[in-house]
Amino acid sequence: MTVLTRARPRAVHQARPVRNRDGWWAAFFLAPQVAALLVFLAFPLGFAVVLAFMRWDGLGQKEWAGFDNFAAQLSDPEFGLAVWNTVKLALLTVPFGLGLALLIAVALNNVKGGGFYRVLYFLPVVTSSVAVALMWQIILAGNDYGVLNASLERWFGISAPDWLGDPGWVIVAIAVVTIWSSLGLNVVIFLAGLQTIPLQIVEAARMDGADSLRIFRSITLPLLSPTIFFSTVVAVISSFQAFDQIYVLVDPEDNEGAKTIVYQVYELGFKDFQFGMSSAAALILLVLTLLVTLVQFAAQKRLVHYDS
Amino acid sequence: MRPRQVALHAALTLGGLAMLFPFVWMLLTSFKGVRQMLNNPLDWLPDPWRWENYPDALGAMPFGAAYWNSFYIAALNVTLTLLTSAMAAYAFARIRFRGSGVLFLVFLATQMVPAQVTVVPLYLMLATFGWIDSHLSLIVPSIANPFAVFLLRQFIRAVPVELEEAARIDGAGRWRCFWNIVLPNIRPGLGALGIIAFLASWNAFFFPLIFLNSPELATVPLLLSQFSGQHTAVDYGLILAASAIAVVPTLIAFLIGQRKIINSMAASGLGGR
Repeated sequence: MTVLTRARPRAVHQARPVRNRDGWWAAFFLAPQVAALLVFLAFPLGFAVVLAFMRWDGLGQKEWAGFDNFAAQLSDPEFGLAVWNTVKLALLTVPFGLGLALLIAVALNNVKGGGFYRVLYFLPVVTSSVAVALMWQIILAGNDYGVLNASLERWFGISAPDWLGDPGWVIVAIAVVTIWSSLGLNVVIFLAGLQTIPLQIVEAARMDGADSLRIFRSITLPLLSPTIFFSTVVAVISSFQAFDQIYVLVDPEDNEGAKTIVYQVYELGFKDFQFGMSSAAALILLVLTLLVTLVQFAAQKRLVHYDS
Repeated sequence: MRPRQVALHAALTLGGLAMLFPFVWMLLTSFKGVRQMLNNPLDWLPDPWRWENYPDALGAMPFGAAYWNSFYIAALNVTLTLLTSAMAAYAFARIRFRGSGVLFLVFLATQMVPAQVTVVPLYLMLATFGWIDSHLSLIVPSIANPFAVFLLRQFIRAVPVELEEAARIDGAGRWRCFWNIVLPNIRPGLGALGIIAFLASWNAFFFPLIFLNSPELATVPLLLSQFSGQHTAVDYGLILAASAIAVVPTLIAFLIGQRKIINSMAASGLGGR
């Protein structure tokens, strides 16, 4: 098929020789970005694939390892724990984070003068993740001076867990911080989607006697579903890559409940200097990301409504 | 209609307070001493106000140098990103060349690759260049920015082609069309992208953590994390004073361009990450 169609553009090309010079201009304008992408993204990606099949500590000889690194990671209970923690974080942040953002966006869309709230909700998005984590560290601290636990104790008599120290709770704490810091971004994306819904449709439905809940379910949700789908894909990917807040909030060395795949990649690469192992773990993360994204795209066919 | 508005405003205000609470808590706690935090963590107001937390925090580590490092790295990142991505965006939006569509798809696809996959090879590569523990490692690789190309392409497509055609008839070349016609017309886009790129550079943590070792080369977030590591146990007043100082430039940048930033992040849906 490609052989057959190839003849046509060439004929067009000969008919308009001006395009020839355009090609050079395109090359000139694209050169810096393309060069940077090749050198700092494409090449390292290829190199990562090669490294994943090597045994190398950065100093000695590189040794071919075949699938050993992958096998070692996949059979390592520590890596299994990291995968499980990563999945748990995604399961907590994506539905709760996006659900909350949707509620807020719908509220903002129905209110006059919501610009102030928009700025308020967006503040954490632009704040340094390290500063955010330090703020929350004090709020969530489990010892005597954690303000959340002190309040729960004094006002409700609840003795709460040590959020950041308890392996069973730490992912919940990280999820709360992650949701809080990305909420504003999801709100404004949903709000932008909501504002493209034609008012006439909503008015017509209201004329026909539909109540707010019915309008939300039958009009808003279907028309917003492409935006929701897109945000879900992005949210899953970014929750898989969460690092800064985890690194600062808890040292996963002390609390293995906070160990995620990304942390494993970091630890193997830059603490143990097992570059091959680290690359193998990173590639497993990449494959996992692609798999989940593919599943989402498959589900999209049934759940997402596209206006044709 | 009115009671519903009131209820919505009340709910949004409540949520807004939840967003603001950690910031307010940070600010107030940054003036507290160790003893007050230990004895009564629920005290809202500092008693006494320890203003010296701020000079103490600044003096405890080279924060002045970190400020300068973060600032000039961000300035260079913004300049390089704006120039190179506007050029690439112009090629994608206005020049017809073979493979344009495919190349653009490749650009978009590279955004899917997590930084963690390329970080080890990138580290090894930068090490052979001699760029580890040098700011070059944070400046040069960050030129690659498909998100910026995507965003500016949208802005350029909104500029009427007729403007450029008129200039071309008058004999202007591609570069003059780009520099004198397109760039001035996408100033809002450049402004928004500039602030987004500034924030991304200023707040970056993962790459500085891996690529820099010397304390005097550290950027603000990196120094902040090292600072909190050293003062682990109790001196939160000092740590939060340092955080508050670190957050200020981003808040100023955001408040200056908040409408543009929010709109372009929403439109692109990617948030510059």
